[in-house]
Amino acid sequence: MLKMIVCMKQVPMVTELPWDAKTGTLKRELSEGMMNPACKHALEAALRLKHEHKGHITAITMGPPMAEEILREAIAMGVDRCLMLSDKKMAGADTLVTSYTLARAIEIFCADFDLILCGCHTSDSETAQVGPQLAEELDIPGIAYVEDVQINSRIITIKRLSDNFLETLEMDMPGLITLTTRNYAPRYTPIAGLQDAFDEPNILVVSADDLGLDEAFIGISGSPTMILDVYSPTAQKKNIVMQGTPKKIVEELLERFDDRIGSVIRKDLKVEK
Amino acid sequence: MKEDKRSIWVFGDYRNYFQNRVTLQLLSRATDLAKEIDAEVCAVVFGHEVDEWVGEYIAHGAMRVYVTDHPSLKNYSSDIYVELMTRLVKEYKPEIVLVGATSFGREFAPRVSKILGTGLTADCIGLDINEKELLVQTAPAFGGNLLARIVTPEKRPQIATVRPGVFQEIPHNYEAAGKTVYVALPENLPNDRVRLISSLRQPAREQRIEDAEVVVCGGRGMGSRKKFRNLYELAKILGGEVGATRPVVYSDWAEDEALVGQADKHIKPKVLFSFGISGAIQHTAGITDADFIIAVNKNPHATMMKMADVAIVADAGQVCTALIRELKRRIRT
Ligand SMILES: Cc1cc2nc3c(=O)[nH]c(=O)nc-3n(C[C@H](O)[C@H](O)[C@H](O)COP(=O)(O)OP(=O)(O)OC[C@H]3O[C@@H](n4cnc5c(N)ncnc54)[C@H](O)[C@@H]3O)c2cc1C
Ligand SMILES: Nc1ncnc2c1ncn2[C@@H]1O[C@H](COP(=O)(O)O)[C@@H](O)[C@H]1O
Repeated sequence: MLKMIVCMKQVPMVTELPWDAKTGTLKRELSEGMMNPACKHALEAALRLKHEHKGHITAITMGPPMAEEILREAIAMGVDRCLMLSDKKMAGADTLVTSYTLARAIEIFCADFDLILCGCHTSDSETAQVGPQLAEELDIPGIAYVEDVQINSRIITIKRLSDNFLETLEMDMPGLITLTTRNYAPRYTPIAGLQDAFDEPNILVVSADDLGLDEAFIGISGSPTMILDVYSPTAQKKNIVMQGTPKKIVEELLERFDDRIGSVIRKDLKVEK
Repeated sequence: MKEDKRSIWVFGDYRNYFQNRVTLQLLSRATDLAKEIDAEVCAVVFGHEVDEWVGEYIAHGAMRVYVTDHPSLKNYSSDIYVELMTRLVKEYKPEIVLVGATSFGREFAPRVSKILGTGLTADCIGLDINEKELLVQTAPAFGGNLLARIVTPEKRPQIATVRPGVFQEIPHNYEAAGKTVYVALPENLPNDRVRLISSLRQPAREQRIEDAEVVVCGGRGMGSRKKFRNLYELAKILGGEVGATRPVVYSDWAEDEALVGQADKHIKPKVLFSFGISGAIQHTAGITDADFIIAVNKNPHATMMKMADVAIVADAGQVCTALIRELKRRIRT
């Protein structure tokens, strides 16, 4: 039996982002959540391995109560067991602390795992750090940006494109991989399955105390990084408006921005007067 | 001597040199930052027969280079490189460590920061020093729709991975004096738990839209397949690539590869033309790194027009044709 863990995070759906483009503030609590795309690909990879090797999958997420939705979705897609780490004390965690918290939960609730699958990065924070840091925290080998994974007699073989190199790597179990979105297009979640998943009670909700976590190491207080501010880069455009006939407009455009455009295309756009 | 002078370190990522010059770009930025906190700029190089890179880094601003040169380091290995790096950092205690946000760097840096128990900011597009002498790291979130400024107030070193192409390298100076510090390969290194079976360098790809300096993007507002094809002529004159929105790709006006947006195609041209595009967030998530945006739309209130440096209120097809004509007139060959 191949025992797998998929770490997944709920991220705001980018279409629904209630953010103010002028000030760049984001009302995160108003946005709708979805399973982070790369996590979904990781789950798909796990489901295929489960099918091939008679596996068992535990899905884990750390997040607010609402993040339970993605665990329900994961059940509908085919995971066997879910773990939800939810506690106000865990809020505001950076990646160092997230990986610490996930590792403690894994040690307590699924210590005998063979393979952990993570997404390569999340679409909100985009750090791509939690996977490698979790491997480090659990002191197991890890490989990031995996595009293909095979398992044979307890050896994990992966393929990936790392910078300009097409690599084949292997490691022994237990190990951790992070998946890109290039392969393993996720299956559709059956609507009926989704309804059933919401009826199913079996999500284990775990608090910081259940994990025996030291408050100094979790949440915002345990995080070494600090966010000074968040802003929208597009809010600062000067925005020159041009109107008129197309011919007049392009003349004006190239007259005003001949240097700006010319230097990029490496051509002299000035007309001799 | 060891601890009285502060230092800024740059990880020497030479595997894809000359194409990927991020290490040189970081040495350049580190040189500016070092002036503000009175620090020494150092590079760190692991590998086998790496003298060439050591010379290159000194020529581009490194005052000191720590080198571990050994046949067993011939291939990049995150396990071993992480071990070597953390040992060096513990010994010499740099203030700041900068790593290029290559695939390798983005796997390597998180593990180094984890072992050292310090903060890491990923994929930065800006680095500055503030009045408290802290490294202010600007990093994108939500596909670049938002930028966050992040500091690591207490833990050291402050570690950042930095996106290639953000900073300008300093021209080389092969007369520059720099010290080389050879660090022997430690004897008690753990085994590499990841075994390299094969590694094939891929042929350098032809220009991809992700790397293009000029991109001409078209949306449904181009009106027809025929008019859309004019964008290819415009792109050719500009030496750029054509991008498209989803409806355009679905209508087969452009091939799948041209799709720009949230999905995965993030472009970062110096000049972006946007023709007949409304500016839905799934599309704009892919263009937030464009430097200079010229948008054409009949509707002055389209989101795309608000994001633009130059917002042209007119028919997209007609502006495209007029622009081709005007460029041809100006570029005499
Ligand atoms: C899950 C999901 C993922 C998606 N991912 C992507 C993605 O990765 N990339 C992507 O591009 N889209 C994506 N989309 C689609 C996206 O939401 C928008 O529908 C799409 O970007 C709109 O394309 P458009 O601007 O070409 O068309 P429209 O929104 O139809 O805009 C056309 C624009 O052209 C203007 N116009 C019309 N006629 C003229 C004229 N004659 N001259 C000048 N202007 C004119 C109009 O004023 C309008 O602003 C995704 C959608 C979903 C739901
Ligand atoms: N709060 C979380 N709960 C569970 N898994 C997470 C969490 N945050 C990150 N991960 C995992 O780490 C991956 C990379 O996330 P990040 O480092 O935030 O880009 C994700 O795709 C998940 O697999």
